[in-house]
Amino acid sequence: MNDDRERDDRERDDRERNDRERNDRERDGRPGAMDEALLRVLTPEVLAVLVRRGADFAAAEDAVQEALLEAVRTWPADPPRDPKGWLITVGWRRFLDAARSDASRRRREDLVEDQPEPGPVPDADDSLQLYFLCAHPSLTPASAVALTLRAVGGLTTRQIAQAYLVPEATMAQRISRAKRTVGGARLDRPGDPATVLRVLYLVFNEGYSGDVDLAAEAIRLTRQLAARIDHPEVSGLLALMLLHHARRAGRTAPDGSLVPLAEQDRGRWDTAMIAEGVTILQAALARDRLGEFQAQAAIAALHADAPTAEETDWVQIVEWYDELAALTDSPVVRLNRAVAVGEADGPRAGLAALAALDDTLPRHTAASAYLHERAGDLRAAARLYAQAAAKAGAVAERDHLVRQAARLNTLLRDGS
Amino acid sequence: MAKYLMLKHYRGNPEAVNCVPMDEWTPEEVSAHIQYMNDFADRLRETGEFVDAQALAPRGVWVRYDGEGRPPVTDGPFAETKDLIAGWMAIDVDSYERALELAAELSAAPGANGEPIHEWLELRPFLTEYPDTVTE
Repeated sequence: MNDDRERDDRERDDRERNDRERNDRERDGRPGAMDEALLRVLTPEVLAVLVRRGADFAAAEDAVQEALLEAVRTWPADPPRDPKGWLITVGWRRFLDAARSDASRRRREDLVEDQPEPGPVPDADDSLQLYFLCAHPSLTPASAVALTLRAVGGLTTRQIAQAYLVPEATMAQRISRAKRTVGGARLDRPGDPATVLRVLYLVFNEGYSGDVDLAAEAIRLTRQLAARIDHPEVSGLLALMLLHHARRAGRTAPDGSLVPLAEQDRGRWDTAMIAEGVTILQAALARDRLGEFQAQAAIAALHADAPTAEETDWVQIVEWYDELAALTDSPVVRLNRAVAVGEADGPRAGLAALAALDDTLPRHTAASAYLHERAGDLRAAARLYAQAAAKAGAVAERDHLVRQAARLNTLLRDGS
Repeated sequence: MAKYLMLKHYRGNPEAVNCVPMDEWTPEEVSAHIQYMNDFADRLRETGEFVDAQALAPRGVWVRYDGEGRPPVTDGPFAETKDLIAGWMAIDVDSYERALELAAELSAAPGANGEPIHEWLELRPFLTEYPDTVTE
């Protein structure tokens, strides 16, 4: 029966994905899913080649976007034998056209004159440097996210604007400013992987709005990064994303409302993805260079591993929160730790841990409401849930908390 | 990134420092004020922080459902409505501090004598649809 349901869910997911892809094609005039996936994989590689040949980043990025549009127009009727070579040739030509037509830009002109005929495509993977450039510390988080999605992810400005619910013109400005900010930088030095990981983590956490699945995109880009750089925290972030993404189908009810972890139908979790996340995490942990993302992934793995909510290993989760607190000392981590303590040692212990924390922290009131209910103080819990609803930062979270308050108030009314 | 709404009120906000009503300014002062607002919006477009800007007419009515098959009931307009929204600007910024900075800049729009109005604006955060994926 479970299998049937899983198959139905999968079929529904496939149908929805096909619909989405068809809609995307119809709206953007983009090619089929295969071509689009290929184009987006090739985007950073082609861009890196142009920059390596001497094009400045901003001009190269424009040229690659034009080459992508040209590919969308011509590939369906006339698919190239070597798609990457095709994109490099067309992109380079576009760059030269733009440089020549821009006579006032002497520097670029000189560069073009000096440039030897393009030789064979270098094998070296320069695209890793693009990750660093797009997450450059001089960029604000929003700019780094937008630039990464376009220059590395190959998304159009319109898609990025739709995903972040801002006008396309606003997103275009954000991207072009970001390109100007990093315009002078050369792809000659590796940066700090931590900056790239933060950007990818932001993209993942944005989740899914509109037609662009940012969580899936973040996973794709982190996977590409992990293939290019050997770093336990890159693996840690990839594992973290996979372990959360695997539970996505269980996280919301058909009406879109949030389902808390303890109440999720674990049959809807993607066990293959969980297994992959756990394998990647174990390999990373074995290297004994613990970092924030590995510790977070370990917590996610313990949740994903439990056959039922009751079987969750909360004692180990508390230990991982202690590791995480030692690594980051973030108040949010300490809040989550207090909730875990409530599960491991009972709600009174959880409330005691919570009492030591600043009560203006996000979700402090919601955690307090939950622990009060567990402790049997339904009146306080109902009041706290209502207060927490007023402080929620997301509609689905607010609605969930209001329902909790309503449930307890109904219970208290009917019981008295 | 976070979205915020900057709400301008016709009425209902605390009194501004330079609170001479607009119809008592000189025409040049009115033009300068409007120019300031337009320039402000253009700067936000340029920085990639602009989401939306709209102005509202002061006159509105209350409307409510009155049962199956019955026309909607309307009431008003009420000239004495205490809280009256004049319009808004929605922004998408990196931080709360940046939102405050922009609201203060908008509040500095010139009024009578070309002096900043110091108008009180209401700043409200948008709710996102869902919380962050990684929360536990």
